[in-house]
Amino acid sequence: MDLTRKLEILADAAKYDASCASSGAARKDSRDGKGLGSTGGMGICHSYTPDGRCVSLLKVLLTNACLYDCHYCINRRSSNVQRARFTPEEVVQLTLDFYKRNYIEGLFLSSGIVRSADHTMEQVIEVARQLREVHHFRGYIHLKTIPEASQALIDKAGRYADRISINIELPSQQSLDRLAPEKNLTNTKQAMHGIRQRIDESLEAKQAARQIVNRPRAKAPAFATGQSTQMIVGADDSSDALVLHRADELYREVRLRRVYYSGFSPIPEPSVLLPIKPPPLVREHRLYQADWLLRFYGFDVGELLPKEDPNLDLDLDPKLAWALRNRAVFPVDINRASQELLWRIPGLGTVNVARILAARRWSRLTLADLQRMRVNLKKVMPFILAADHRPRLALLESTNLRQHFLPGPRQLELNFNAPPPTTPADAAMALSGQI
Amino acid sequence: MTHTAQIQPTFEVWRSKARELLRQGVTPENVDWVDASQTASLLAEEPANYQTAPNASVKVPADFLRLAQNVCAHTDERRFAILYRLLHRLTLGGEKHLLGMPSDRDMHQCNAWAKAVSRDIHKMHAFVRFRLVGVNEPNGREQFVAWFEPEYRITRLAAPFFEKRFASMDWSILTPDECVSWDGEKLTFMPGMSRHDAPAADAHDDLWRTYYRSIFNPARLKVQAMQSEMPMKYWKNLPEAEIIHDLIASSETRVRTMIATPERPVKPSPDNAYLRKLHAQQHAD
Repeated sequence: MDLTRKLEILADAAKYDASCASSGAARKDSRDGKGLGSTGGMGICHSYTPDGRCVSLLKVLLTNACLYDCHYCINRRSSNVQRARFTPEEVVQLTLDFYKRNYIEGLFLSSGIVRSADHTMEQVIEVARQLREVHHFRGYIHLKTIPEASQALIDKAGRYADRISINIELPSQQSLDRLAPEKNLTNTKQAMHGIRQRIDESLEAKQAARQIVNRPRAKAPAFATGQSTQMIVGADDSSDALVLHRADELYREVRLRRVYYSGFSPIPEPSVLLPIKPPPLVREHRLYQADWLLRFYGFDVGELLPKEDPNLDLDLDPKLAWALRNRAVFPVDINRASQELLWRIPGLGTVNVARILAARRWSRLTLADLQRMRVNLKKVMPFILAADHRPRLALLESTNLRQHFLPGPRQLELNFNAPPPTTPADAAMALSGQI
Repeated sequence: MTHTAQIQPTFEVWRSKARELLRQGVTPENVDWVDASQTASLLAEEPANYQTAPNASVKVPADFLRLAQNVCAHTDERRFAILYRLLHRLTLGGEKHLLGMPSDRDMHQCNAWAKAVSRDIHKMHAFVRFRLVGVNEPNGREQFVAWFEPEYRITRLAAPFFEKRFASMDWSILTPDECVSWDGEKLTFMPGMSRHDAPAADAHDDLWRTYYRSIFNPARLKVQAMQSEMPMKYWKNLPEAEIIHDLIASSETRVRTMIATPERPVKPSPDNAYLRKLHAQQHAD
C-alpha cells in the first residue's frame, strides 16, 4: 500500500477525535540551529476544514486495526473498514515534511489496540522517541495513551509529549458496558490520576530548580504539561447533568486541561447496536459553553442544571438560561459589582469584565462605554445598571423575557446546500469561549 | 505653528519623530503626519536624522510601545496622528491612566487597530506555506521560499516567530511590501517582490491535500465557521483551498451513503490473550 493511501485511511480513522489543541506547551525553540520547531504560548490553527474545525496537528492513527469493539468507532473490530499501518519511520518523516512547510504545529498520534495495550503503547512511543531524540523535533506532540498500559510506559510517553490524553468516551460504566465493552471507567480514572501525579511532580521540580541559585541544578524531569479527554455525546442516553458532573469531577480530581465533547456523528460502517442519527451539534455547543462557565466563571453544575431539568436549554446559552431562572440577582450595577457577580451577567465575557474593572477605576461607565468595548447591548441591558441606564423592571419581571432572547424560527435539520449560518459572533464565541 | 511630519511609515521612524516633537512640546493638533512612502516626496525625512537624538527625557510605559508598534503597522492614514495624540495625553497631558481605559475614544481606536494587526500576524504565522527550492550545498541546509500577502505591514513583526521555529532551515518569505530571509545567522529585510518570484507549488502539496480531505468530516458541515477563521482572501495562497469546493459539494452524497449502509453485525471476540484477561477483569468487577 502506498503512503498516500495509508494517509487517507489513517487520517480518516483519526478524525473523530475532536482534540486539536496545540497550546499550553512549555516554551521551546530551535534557535540553537540543531533541531526543528518551537512551542509555547498560543496554539496555531494552520487551516480549517469545511466542518469548521481547526487543523493544527497532523492527526493520525499508527494503525486502525483494533481488538476492541467500541460501537461508536469506525475502527472497531466488527467494522469492515480497510485496515492500514504506518511504520514509525513513515509517521516521523510525514511529521517533519509537513512541519517544515508550516502546514502543522506538530503530531497527534493515536492507535488502534493491537496485540496488547503495552505493545501498542510501545509503538506509539517509538514515533515520539525518534522525533525527539533522532531529529530533535521541538514542535508539539500529543500522544493518546491506553489506560491499561503499564505506568512505566505512560511515564515514558509523558516524557516525550507536550500533552497526553486518555479518552473517557462515555460518562458511565453502564454506557461503556453496552457500547465499549473493553473499556473500564475505573482503569481510566486510575491512569489519569497517575498522569496527574507525574505532571504535578514535574511542575514542583521545575519550581524547585528555579529557587536554587548558584548551585549546579538538577535538571527537572521533563513531562507533558497537561492532559485532556474526550466524551462522546448523543451515542448513549446520558443526560447533560451526568456528562457535566463527570467532566467537573475530572477537572477537580485530575486537573484536566480540557474535556472535549464530541457529538456522535454518522460514520461509515454503522453498528447494529448504534443506529446512525444526525449529529447533535447544538447540544455539543451548549456543553462547551457550560464547560466554560464551570472553569472560568465560577458556576457549579447544580446551578446550570437543576435536578428537575438535567438537560441544557438548546435555544438559549446556559448563562442566559441561569439568569432567567435567577432574576432576583439582577439588575447588577456594572460600576460597583464584584468580579464574580459581573461574570454572571449574560453577554459579558471574562475579557470584558476585566476591561470594566480596569475602566471603572477612573470613570463611571455608561452604555456608550460598553458599546465601545463591543458588548452586546441588547443582551446585557435587561440585566444591568449603568451610569445612564436602568432596565425596565417590567421586562425583567415579565414572563416574556425568555421570548425576548429566543432566536427566530429556523431549520434545525442539516441542509447541506444551505447550512444554517453561523454568525461571526458565534464563531468568535466558540473560539474564545466568551459567553 | 503647524509642523509637517513626513515619515517613512515604520514604528521606529514614528517613534523618533514623536519623541522630537514631544520634547519641543508640540501639541497634537499642530502636527500634520504624512506617510512619505505614499507621497514620494524628496522632503521625506530619513530615519538616520533621528538616530543622534537622546531619548532620556520622555518615559512611557512599555505597554504603550507595544501598542504603538502594532498600530504603526496598520495602514489607516490617521494612525500616526491619533497615536501621537495618545502619547501627548499620556505624558504632557498628565493622563497617566489612559492605558487602563479601554473605553476612551483614542484608546479604543488604537486597540482596534492593534488587534487587527495582531490578528493579521497570527494569520501569517498560520497560513505561510513554505516550498522547498533546494539544498545549500556547502552546509546541507534545506532552502525554502514562501509567498504571502498580509493585509498590513507586518513582515518585521511576524518574522521572529519563523526565526525561532525554523532556525535550522534557510528560508525566505516574500510579500508585496517587504521580504525577509533567514540564513541561520540573521534576518535580512528586503523590498517587496511579486508572486512570480516565489515557486508556485511544492511536491508535498498533494500529500497535504490528501490529509486535508481525509480529516474533514462531511457529517458536520459548517462552512461559515470555516470562513470566519479562514477568510477567502487567504485562499489563493493555500494549497488545500483548491479542494474546498469539492469537499462541500460531495458532503451530502457521502452522508447519504453512510445512512444507506446496512448496519454491520457484531463479530465474535477473537482469540487473544490480552482480551481474555481484560474480559475476565471486567466480569470480576
